[in-house]
Amino acid sequence: MTSSTLQPAISVLPSKKTPIILSVIAVIVFLCFGLLGNSESAHFQLNSAGDAFTLPELVFPGKASNIVIGVLLLGIAAYSWMLRAKGQLMATWIVAIAAILFVLSFLIWVVSGADISTISLASLLAGAVVLAVPLVFGSLSGVLCERAGVVNIAIEGQLLGGAFTAALVSSLTKNAFLGLIAAGIAGALVSLVLALFSIKYVVNQIIVGVVLNVLVSGITGFLFTTVMQQDPELYNSPVHLPVIDIPLLSAIPVIGPILFKQSVIGYLMYLAVFIVWFGLFKTKWGLRVRAVGEHPKAADTLGIKVNRTRFFNVTLGGIVAGIGGSFFTLVAIDSFTKEISGGRGFIALAAVIFGRWNPIGAFLAALLFGFADNLQVILTIIGTPVPSQFMAMMPYLVTIFAVAGLVGRSRGPAAAGEPYVKE
Amino acid sequence: MKLELRGISKAFGSFYANKNIDLMVDDAQIHCLLGENGAGKSTLMNVLYGLYQPTEGEILLDGNPVEFSGPGDAMAAGIGMVHQHFMLVPVFTVAENIALGAETTKAGGMLDLQVTRKKIREISDRYGFDVDPDAVVEDLPVGVQQRVEIIKALVREAKILILDEPTAVLTPQETDELLEIMRQLKANGTSIVFISHKLREVRAVSDVITVIRRGEVIDSVSPESSTTELANLMVGRAVELNLNKAAATPGEAVLQVKDLSVVNPAGTTTLDSVTFDIHEGEILAVAGVQGNGQTELTEAILGTQPVTGGSVKLAGQELVGKSVKQVLRSGVGFVPEDRSVHGLVTEFSIEENLVLDLYDRAPFGKGISMNLDAIKKNATTQIKDFDVRTDNPLNPASSLSGGNQQKVVMARELSRDLKLFIASQPTRGVDVGSIEFLHRRIVAERDKGTPVMIVSTELDEVMELADRIAVLYKGKINGIVPGNTSREVLGLMMAGVSAEEAAEQAEFTKSNNEPVEAAPAGERSENQEGEDQ
Repeated sequence: MTSSTLQPAISVLPSKKTPIILSVIAVIVFLCFGLLGNSESAHFQLNSAGDAFTLPELVFPGKASNIVIGVLLLGIAAYSWMLRAKGQLMATWIVAIAAILFVLSFLIWVVSGADISTISLASLLAGAVVLAVPLVFGSLSGVLCERAGVVNIAIEGQLLGGAFTAALVSSLTKNAFLGLIAAGIAGALVSLVLALFSIKYVVNQIIVGVVLNVLVSGITGFLFTTVMQQDPELYNSPVHLPVIDIPLLSAIPVIGPILFKQSVIGYLMYLAVFIVWFGLFKTKWGLRVRAVGEHPKAADTLGIKVNRTRFFNVTLGGIVAGIGGSFFTLVAIDSFTKEISGGRGFIALAAVIFGRWNPIGAFLAALLFGFADNLQVILTIIGTPVPSQFMAMMPYLVTIFAVAGLVGRSRGPAAAGEPYVKE
Repeated sequence: MKLELRGISKAFGSFYANKNIDLMVDDAQIHCLLGENGAGKSTLMNVLYGLYQPTEGEILLDGNPVEFSGPGDAMAAGIGMVHQHFMLVPVFTVAENIALGAETTKAGGMLDLQVTRKKIREISDRYGFDVDPDAVVEDLPVGVQQRVEIIKALVREAKILILDEPTAVLTPQETDELLEIMRQLKANGTSIVFISHKLREVRAVSDVITVIRRGEVIDSVSPESSTTELANLMVGRAVELNLNKAAATPGEAVLQVKDLSVVNPAGTTTLDSVTFDIHEGEILAVAGVQGNGQTELTEAILGTQPVTGGSVKLAGQELVGKSVKQVLRSGVGFVPEDRSVHGLVTEFSIEENLVLDLYDRAPFGKGISMNLDAIKKNATTQIKDFDVRTDNPLNPASSLSGGNQQKVVMARELSRDLKLFIASQPTRGVDVGSIEFLHRRIVAERDKGTPVMIVSTELDEVMELADRIAVLYKGKINGIVPGNTSREVLGLMMAGVSAEEAAEQAEFTKSNNEPVEAAPAGERSENQEGEDQ
């Protein structure tokens, strides 16, 4: 029966959240970064070594630019209050512009006040992509699982398992590609445990996931101290994956290194994002997966095997996250250390939600988190007025703000987290 | 296609939901399964659709025995089913929902929804469905969603269509349209198994009616049988629908509602200057088609709905602006329309549910402690008093049947000293035996001198209980008439005709000796509708 339910009293006007946030950042930019800011200039280099041609350096006078940006932001904030008074919502692209202006203003302020008032924008972006690689693979794993209705908290464990196995196998066989494959298998094994307990035995998915993270952390930590550290030469000196440099294209400033100077895993990342997106939204398989994650009973009445689909997707997610984990030991870092994934599995989980369970959204969210992470590293190096400990908090602050503040009420797959049991 | 069920039994543990059922559905026949909630109709259809495996018996299609290991097999054999709770993915479009499970693909497994869209338009045109293939299902009205379900079955070339309680969620107008669609389908050669407990619809479209009670086939009868006959078969005893209550002896007007208005968050006026009183020892029934302001009215009095204007005075005391707790404390008993969501905490025990709004008052609570013995004692008394069928008061409320859940809510609300008793849809989804019991309790409360307000969309219930009837139409009171007003007049008033005009029209048609079929808004099902099993 379509009876109306008890409705809470809600105001007819749109929420004040957006105008308030915009006003706050406008005031911060105008006062703190602008009027009270440094009058030195901030220099941004666009070139990196080996570029085909040279672009001029971007120079912003600190105080003046930030006052201008501050005024712009104040204007946007005022506009959003005006729209709210009329009961309208502001277009998303204006909010996006405001966010970009804020980031730019922050960069100008920090860099102009730093000991070395020059940073390379090219390496800032390239580094952001590098740091984002495991996040992207992790979030794709999350998307694959949650779209089928299984919440995957074990991404962290899958990344860590992948990183460890890749290091071990690559060291033993002296073959980085075997390490890559082994990492995928390791991730799949973690996933199989998740699938077995959450799908077959209907254990709470969150609990299984958390326990798996602790378990993988324990096992890899134990094997690291008892095996790897006994003979690091033999067990923990992985052969790395080569960086494949596509001639000419990689020499394009800024985007060249990002798109055309990557390891195999880097290229795989772009491919994986596209394949998962295409698979989920354009194919028969994807339609079925999404149906299973939204309304498993409906899928069942149409002859779709719900639990088999979930098993498959969770395993596939594990393979993807495992490959992402191998990036730590096969590309980024020389050898395996304890807790090498450092909580990135959880950031990947945030990227899933921030990206609204869409592979491309999750990819962009992961890039944002990677950017925050890399910015923090670079700013610490150039010596900013902000203490480095505060800078180290940045990726996590960005995560919290992104997920809590900007996403608002996003709606995930309706049946995520709910086991499907036939009556 | 001809369908035959031979000796089907389905057991859940030691309980037989279906016992030795024989059923024969002819080609292009509308065969109705009639039975009360929980009689086993849905179980039988789930067996037929491959969702359950029968414990015994066999299914024959055109004389050949078949076995279904899942719904996929049943569909392949030409059986389609429209479930009572729609099996549609809310965030998918119509085309995606219909393609699901039987997708047409291009190279590389790529979805080709064009083919599906074309099929939807074809079927939509043939039956006049008016369904947009690209609309998102959750935005569609229930009636249209049901059509999507029917298209889903037809696209899969169903020769036998099972409709499980299809009218439970429909308005009377939508119901009439559905019956018309069923006739068209039949004309095109589709056999239909129609599950219902509403006698009017059953008699209107069926070719054969098979009555099921407690999992067994009682009889197969023709649709010419009278409603009383059908009702008696369904319930298993002579149904005493007449309450024979004593005449009311109204006292002072205790509840005075004046110009009460409610505007919903979207800005629509859902309750428009409603004014009425209820006297001591009187039942006022609020009649109307679902969604004409009934929910808002009861909730405005209780205080869960913000009021934009007007006053509600109970024994001279203003209730508007008070908290819900204060309203309850001032002696209002409230039975909400959806008991499992708003009336009970279904995970809590029956014992706890019986003191949900009394837990902090003597004798059940004092300071920060609760008197568990008093709560237990209360439960024992109430369960006995209200004949709640359970073996243990510590069982969760969710373990009870709909009728028994409602008895728990009613027992709790009537266990206080009341100055006003409000019951919304008091017997929706309740079996006939419990209906009688609950009705008698309501009348007993009236006879104690409490003013009673009943809100019901079931015209039978309204006519049964009311001393006076207020008809709500589009948020306004369209007239308050005596309790013995005829069904025809009430039906017309529910469709917006004023009381005087309705009386005239009804008089006119009566003198012409024609049965009134014109009252579209009049719910005339002979039995209570149920949404849950």
